[in-house]
Amino acid sequence: MERPLTANIRPDREPLDIDGYERAGGYRAVREALQRMTPEDVLAAVTESGLRGRGGAGFPTGQKWSFMPRGEGAPTPRYLIANADEMEPGTFKDRLLLEGDPHLLIEGMIVSAYAIGATTGYIFLRDEYRLAAERLRRALAEAAGRGWLGEHILGTGFSLDIHLHTSAGRYICGEETALINALEGRRAIPRTKPPFPQAVGLWGKPTVVNNVETLCNVPHIVNNGAEWFKGLSRTDNAGTKIYGVSGKVKRPGAWELPMGTTIRELLEEHAGGMRGGYRFRGVLPGGASTDFLVEEHLDAPMDFDAIQKLGSRLGTGTMIVLDDRTCPVAMVHNLEHFFAQESCGWCTPCRDGLPYVEQLLAAIDDGDGRFEDLDLLEMHTRHLGPGRTFCAHAPGAMEPLQSALRWFRDDFERHIAERRCPYR
Amino acid sequence: MLSPEEVAAIEHEVALYDRKRAACIDALKIVQQRRGWISDEDLRDIAGLLEMPVDELDAVATFYNLIYRRPVGRHVVHVCDSVSCWLMGTEAISDRLRERFGVSFGETTADARFTVLPIPCLGCCDRAPAMLVDGNLHADLDPSRVDEVLERYD
Repeated sequence: MERPLTANIRPDREPLDIDGYERAGGYRAVREALQRMTPEDVLAAVTESGLRGRGGAGFPTGQKWSFMPRGEGAPTPRYLIANADEMEPGTFKDRLLLEGDPHLLIEGMIVSAYAIGATTGYIFLRDEYRLAAERLRRALAEAAGRGWLGEHILGTGFSLDIHLHTSAGRYICGEETALINALEGRRAIPRTKPPFPQAVGLWGKPTVVNNVETLCNVPHIVNNGAEWFKGLSRTDNAGTKIYGVSGKVKRPGAWELPMGTTIRELLEEHAGGMRGGYRFRGVLPGGASTDFLVEEHLDAPMDFDAIQKLGSRLGTGTMIVLDDRTCPVAMVHNLEHFFAQESCGWCTPCRDGLPYVEQLLAAIDDGDGRFEDLDLLEMHTRHLGPGRTFCAHAPGAMEPLQSALRWFRDDFERHIAERRCPYR
Repeated sequence: MLSPEEVAAIEHEVALYDRKRAACIDALKIVQQRRGWISDEDLRDIAGLLEMPVDELDAVATFYNLIYRRPVGRHVVHVCDSVSCWLMGTEAISDRLRERFGVSFGETTADARFTVLPIPCLGCCDRAPAMLVDGNLHADLDPSRVDEVLERYD
């Protein structure tokens, strides 16, 4: 089984230095792209590969890049931003890449920047990832020292600088327009779309924001071609995916596997099944902002389309397992506490709605809930749903809630009827 | 007043961006690293250096989890309270800290040694529960491991 994204990641997670990375075939894609391909060729290869963004939304990467204005008179400068603000609860996949193979991200950024005509790149990293920051700084200096970054790379007309920006902790910075505001030194609130960042982004100039895992796929697509990339998957959603499992399983962790690996295989073979004494109850398949799936969904392939058909989302592909001894109401309360706290406050439904949802859940969790609270919660899943708020924060927050009300309704009702938490 | 070293460090960051104000988060962190927190005076000085309105810098400073606008202890303990850590027992970690220090989240110990704060997901879900002490990650925690870790911080 090929694992292009994690091939260089050693068991001790110590990353390869630039010599080791180059010996392993690293920076070959930069040579290939800059010396033998036009930017349009790289764009075509990425589009043809079917690569979809790995940050959560799954938007086709080539299509995103194609929205950059091209040709004579197109605005300059242009920017490429690697979104390394991984703060979705339950998600820890980009950390593996950032700490374990920083040169792969840098190479992915060089090739991607070439395709979109960007001359400056930023890595937007959450401040808590200190080890990643240290390793990225070292790798950036090594790459610049070797001439992979800077003026006229490989003697071509293409120049690129990449800077590391460490943020200061706020979930909304992962939303691409809020990220751009943060990078400009403004309060990190989302911007209205359209215009999309590809047209009006950082400092009003064309900008692409891509997730770390997305960018790390690009060198491999350039080296091996679109058909190879499609062939890595078990389904028609191309590539491999870094999946993760956390919760009360025997071996929590992250693994690069073919896209379309089933939930059951991830849980039982890779995570080793549930810990002794615990039974599987449900799973958030792709981080905190995805809908619960339950036992009947265990054989679903974990890809964008299959999980969407089941009413949830692949999200970041890192699943959080609910066991039979943990209270689902308390779990959703924890999730909504996070979303209420991390609302940026820019739009009223999110700013006021999420704390109200959290209060309702706290009351039910404590045995002080009323049956009409369930109707209020249902109402909020609609009123804070897609299209009702400025960005996807509140709709994302409603996903675990709406599915918990569906799959674990008995638990909510028992809390109210018995006026206590039956799990304590 | 900002020290010459602080001004030099901030100006180094300014050079990485197309606009001065873009370095404001970096500047706040540079000053905080040396002084522990951002006072009103520091805020005014940084805003002046970056040629941005003080209110706008305050809007940035108060937005982020890791910028402190009030004094903190010598060491800051951030406990992950997000879902994977919660599933794996972060409440026992918080209880242990409360018992040991006699303070709740958001408070500083009487000897000004530790400030305890909650923090959203540290991206360490496979080794939950986890916490940061002065930015250093400690994972696979249980209450006795918490004691062991904190002994290293005087």
